[in-house]
Amino acid sequence: MKFSKSFLLASVVSTALLSTSAFAAGVHPETGEKLADDQTFTYRILDEHSSFDPQVNEDVSGSEIARNLFEGLYNQDNLGNLVPGVALSHTVSEDKMTYTFKLREDAKWSDGKPVTAGDFVFAWRRLSSPELASPYQWYAELMSVENADAIVKGEMAPEKLGITALDDHTLEVRLTKPLPYFAAMTTHSSTFPSPAWAIEAHGEAWTKPENIVSNGAYKLVKHVPQETAVMERNTNYWDNENTIIDKVETLVINNENIALTRYLAGETDRTETPAGQFPRLKKEYPDQAVVFPRLCSYYYTFNLSDTGPEVFKDVRVRKALAYAIDRRVITDNVIQEGQFPAYTFTPAVTAGFEVPEVEYAGWSQQERDAKAIELLEAVGYSKDNPLEFDMVYNTSEGHKKIAIAMSQMWKQKLGVKVNMSNMEWKTFLNERGNQNFELARGAWCGDYNEASTFLDLMDSESGYNDGKFASAEVDQLLSDAKSLTNPQANYTRIEEIMATEMPIIPIYHYTEAYMMNAQLKNWPIKNAEQNWYAKNLYKVAK
Amino acid sequence: MLSYILRRVAIAIPTLLLLIIISFLLMHAAPGGPFTSERPLPPAVLANIEAKYGLNNPIYVQIINYIGGIITDFDFGPSFKYKDRSVNDIIANGFPVTLTYGFLSFAVAVIVGGALGIAAALKQNSWLDYFAVGVSIGAQVLPNFVMAPILVLVFTLWLGWLPGGGWNGGQWNHLILPVIALSTSYMASVARLTRSSMLEVLHTNFIRTAMAKGLPYRVIIFKHALKPALLPVMSYLGPAFVSMITGSVIIDMYFSTGGIGQFYVNSALNRDYAVMMGITILIGGLTILFNLIVDILYAWVDPKIRY
Amino acid sequence: MMVDVQKMEQFAENLAAQEEVQGRSLLADARRRFLKNKAALVSLIILTGVFLFSAFGNMFAAWSNDEIDWGILGQIAELGAPNIENGHYFGVDELGRDLFARVVQGTQISLMVGIVGALIAVIVGTLYGAIAGYTGGKVDNIMMRIVDILQSIPYMFVLILLLVVFGRSIFMLFVGIGLISWLDMSRIARGQTLTLKNKEFVEAAMATGVKPLTIILRHIVPNLLGVVVVYSTLLVPQMILTESFISFLGLGVQEPNTSWGALIAEGAGTMQYGTLWQLAFPMFFFIISLFSFFFIGDGLRDALDPKDQ
Repeated sequence: MKFSKSFLLASVVSTALLSTSAFAAGVHPETGEKLADDQTFTYRILDEHSSFDPQVNEDVSGSEIARNLFEGLYNQDNLGNLVPGVALSHTVSEDKMTYTFKLREDAKWSDGKPVTAGDFVFAWRRLSSPELASPYQWYAELMSVENADAIVKGEMAPEKLGITALDDHTLEVRLTKPLPYFAAMTTHSSTFPSPAWAIEAHGEAWTKPENIVSNGAYKLVKHVPQETAVMERNTNYWDNENTIIDKVETLVINNENIALTRYLAGETDRTETPAGQFPRLKKEYPDQAVVFPRLCSYYYTFNLSDTGPEVFKDVRVRKALAYAIDRRVITDNVIQEGQFPAYTFTPAVTAGFEVPEVEYAGWSQQERDAKAIELLEAVGYSKDNPLEFDMVYNTSEGHKKIAIAMSQMWKQKLGVKVNMSNMEWKTFLNERGNQNFELARGAWCGDYNEASTFLDLMDSESGYNDGKFASAEVDQLLSDAKSLTNPQANYTRIEEIMATEMPIIPIYHYTEAYMMNAQLKNWPIKNAEQNWYAKNLYKVAK
Repeated sequence: MLSYILRRVAIAIPTLLLLIIISFLLMHAAPGGPFTSERPLPPAVLANIEAKYGLNNPIYVQIINYIGGIITDFDFGPSFKYKDRSVNDIIANGFPVTLTYGFLSFAVAVIVGGALGIAAALKQNSWLDYFAVGVSIGAQVLPNFVMAPILVLVFTLWLGWLPGGGWNGGQWNHLILPVIALSTSYMASVARLTRSSMLEVLHTNFIRTAMAKGLPYRVIIFKHALKPALLPVMSYLGPAFVSMITGSVIIDMYFSTGGIGQFYVNSALNRDYAVMMGITILIGGLTILFNLIVDILYAWVDPKIRY
Repeated sequence: MMVDVQKMEQFAENLAAQEEVQGRSLLADARRRFLKNKAALVSLIILTGVFLFSAFGNMFAAWSNDEIDWGILGQIAELGAPNIENGHYFGVDELGRDLFARVVQGTQISLMVGIVGALIAVIVGTLYGAIAGYTGGKVDNIMMRIVDILQSIPYMFVLILLLVVFGRSIFMLFVGIGLISWLDMSRIARGQTLTLKNKEFVEAAMATGVKPLTIILRHIVPNLLGVVVVYSTLLVPQMILTESFISFLGLGVQEPNTSWGALIAEGAGTMQYGTLWQLAFPMFFFIISLFSFFFIGDGLRDALDPKDQ
């Protein structure tokens, strides 16, 4: 690192002061690797997060920070399995609608107060209360906690929420319906406890570094908006002894190329690779360029509502367009980060999901192209009588490249004339949400690791179904799936229907490509949700 | 003079008001709102949020409330995007940063550019002159979004001399790259302007007479030629300072300096109404202020001008 | 970058100080002096070259500006460099599209934005200033106060807002850029009109009962032409720079169209990845054109300025 001497000195001193753990200059207790002296993890974030308040925050970088500052009932291990957080275990009632969590007794807030069941009750009421007006109020509804709907609507007091502290270390949650993945939902940062006393004392300013009280492995020591947030070890954390990283720092760097330059200069330990640069970086820095699958899907959606173009109501047109996309070219030559070409909506990494074999996935691209031409000709379109439509995507270098590649594939193979337009994010969402488009880009990341988080989008009633695809059969299959112990058959059927109806064009399933300091170990690359905890990381000596 | 200043200040208030109203209406006319998101919020949640921020009121009530809040409490409202902070916080955090590197860049532009321009004029048609003219035009057309990444590449990655970004409380080594990136094109403008107006002054009869009288060269230049030569430069500096603040958008994006420049664009894109309004008022006020300062300086330098 | 308003005003004053434009001899004189200015002359030749390039460049392009060379896509750094054999004279962009064709097309857009933007600004500004100056009195006062007010508005911000509110389009870009930059011109035109108003030929026209609008169009505006020409030449580079900033923010022209600003922003993003040509070619055209506009503007002013004769 190229910081000034005084800075280096300061960090050495602070490390020395804070190193209550036995490992600081030693070896890793399990693997025996020699640990680096400086256990600071610095990572780049694209933009300033919205809030440190776990109930108020609404973005990914904010919840990453929240997972380090706070700890909820459960955490995830490197594979995404549940491991105890504040809760040691839980029991479920006969009807599967009441969960009773046993909380650990040694959990403490950074000011030394014990973490109690009451802190969760306070936080969850807070989350659902119209007064706080958290954008994540819907999460309380999604978890199906008793009365959450009415509280959000303002028809009931937040005190009526179905969560009760039976004693300081026993928490009871009552649901309105059995939800097989309820326990897994408690890893979401909006369910983390919050300190009532600090919030009462400081109001909205409670998240300032001088006021904040947190129960996670780290506490916030410094925040310079739009520049950095610095978190240091919380010595009151119950597992502080086994925590190796002393300090976590975020650096806001808007520009991905600058971010890479600064990474290469040693200023950060982790940054995203700029689009198209992964292969070169992998070649030059094989031990630093890493890539792993994500629980996200990239697609284009046809507008099938009344406002959509008549021509898209013809399934042959939709199929022709979907077939003519050479997904391999997009993943291997355009984005080049090892994405998986997608012929179905749900990513293969989704837990317990088996990708159905849809017909066109098995064809060669030549076969698909030939079929596409044939289908389009049957409708009456060819290079002499070209199909023409508009396609919208939101402003971003990557989306632009994909849109251009797609439009060129259509143009060259089918003679289709596409008018591309690129809209800034909010306009784009507004137009897409109001069915004011013909073909629009879409992407979806799972809220939880189960196929329904994707397939629910195809529900004709879903608020996220911007293309307004409606199929009674899909609706029925989805609603049946909720109560099945093994809903795979339903999911397979839905994906098959989507392959025949083609309401959307699946393009690829995401990967995450990072440049990551080779000294940094234990990054949960197999956790498709990418819920990482700095307390599980460590840096080995060079 | 005083009455002129008063008149200008008086006109500033309706100007700002007009600016507030136009921006407010434009902003609300933009498609989508602050809470439009990838996952559309359920209507009940949206209603709660809008009630919290008073966005459910008719637009004229919102404008009145907003202006009222400014007048009574100097409260510019909350940020919808950065929920831990109010607009006052954002400006209080970011504006000193922008001003610091803005003023430094400004000083560099004026001092270096001025010196370069004067030197070039005094040695007209020498290698120094050609060099100065070449450099200044070159620097003027090099966009700073090209220059910023080059600077980081060279000074951070290759040479390893300077940090590639961050503010770090305004530590000197964090200031250098932003100041270079921001000041270059203004420095070039100042150099060009100074050179040409200096040349003009040097050719006036008044200076020729002074030369003929045998006054020392130094005295002629610094006592007689400099002041009138700087006049056109000064009228440039007012708008230049404001456009520097605007140009800081790129500095903040590339160097993560944390100034207010980035909000200039981001607040509009995020539909962060109150932040956008705060920034508009700030920049509008600055524009008015600097135009006024320039006019006053002008009157002071050139007593012939009367208002 | 800004046009030196002070100097323009001075120039306008000098122009107004002379009698009504007297046709050929004066212009011939100006031309002779312009041709003697080497920098301006070379610039004119270069600029003509750039114009020809944008107008006829496509005739030499082996590829269109939106066609992807699939064989190169994915290995841009290795295979995409400038190459006469495969027809990519300037190499290809990040998506394997021919940079030559894209630079040609980007040049068209940028020159158009620059010239049309400058024309809008100059036409609106001249008419506004001339009307204010000619009418005088309260109307003049109000019109110029409006200019004062508009000048206090942070214009880049308004431009961004306009593009956000009304969607991005070249038309909006023209409107936005043009709307904002007529202010200085209106001041200059007004000042000159005030001087012209007292000239004999204008007074004569007034006395014979010619309508005010006709006087403005027939007698005042033609006398402003010198300033208009010079000012717009100097305004063009400013417009082009504004457009490049807007493109950098991602609010510029829509794909597959491009502009210098968009090409430069893309090239600057990938310059450290071994594809420097993506920055170099658009940058080259951008710089030489802006240089040329500058020198031509300065040259025209010097040539037309009666004071220097």
